[in-house]
Amino acid sequence: MVAMTYSIPSMLVFLTSAILVVVGAIGVISFRNPVHSALSLIVTLFGVAVAFIAQSADFLAAMQIIVYAGAIVVLIIFVIMFLGVDRKEDTSVEPFVGQRPFALAGVTITIAGIIYLMASSHFTTGAMSVSSGGAQLATGQANVQQLGTSIFTTYLFSFEATAALLMIAVIGAVVLARRENAQVATEGDVE
Amino acid sequence: MNVPASWYLILAAVLFGIGLFGLLTRRSALTMFMCLELLLNAVNLTFVTFARTLSDIGGQVNVFFVMVVAAAEVTVGLGIVVTIFRNRSSTSVDGLTELQG
Repeated sequence: MVAMTYSIPSMLVFLTSAILVVVGAIGVISFRNPVHSALSLIVTLFGVAVAFIAQSADFLAAMQIIVYAGAIVVLIIFVIMFLGVDRKEDTSVEPFVGQRPFALAGVTITIAGIIYLMASSHFTTGAMSVSSGGAQLATGQANVQQLGTSIFTTYLFSFEATAALLMIAVIGAVVLARRENAQVATEGDVE
Repeated sequence: MNVPASWYLILAAVLFGIGLFGLLTRRSALTMFMCLELLLNAVNLTFVTFARTLSDIGGQVNVFFVMVVAAAEVTVGLGIVVTIFRNRSSTSVDGLTELQG
């Protein structure tokens, strides 16, 4: 391993992304008000988007902002306000005795295991893929082209399957959130 | 030259750990959903890092599909939360014992 073969700007980008991700994530799990948690989640999502751009996944960074920060978080906040549950959750008591120490121990062991496994196998095998001939991934417009070509050729069936999945999800959400209006309508007719 | 892939992988592992801790300890169903998003984002970050390291666009395609599944999951999950809230006036997962035999 040759030390310091990477440039200062890339380190700064990594640090920015890491700080955003970690601070946002800690905010998500420690704020007691769910609205604050949701806003903190956006910070994490931006940090991940920065990491995506730094690793030549430009299209996914844009999708990250549009789909996650723009749609999913807004949906969560909408439901929080719709239900009126934006009051504080009491986190001072533990319903199960010793739940947090056990969770902390389990998480620590898991993460230490993952990092140890990755470090002991030098993180990657270093093998190059056959799909792009080991060439560097493109950035910017070429990244969108590369991704689009891949989705609409190699992964076409999966892409069609996600269309069906989204359709099922929309129908499922409508069925779940619908009120039973049949009885109300009959009463209205009687009056 | 970009920073080593291991830095991003460790960042993803840490993000996964924080999300997992939140998922295990928080009671509100909505906060648990947000922690679930943290877990999915950690995995996405790993996918993108390996896509760069192995120069394989397939990793980025996988992230694309994970995002679609996350959107579907949140839609249905929040529908379930709304339904539960109508019946119980609470989103706490502690008292959900109706399925007890």
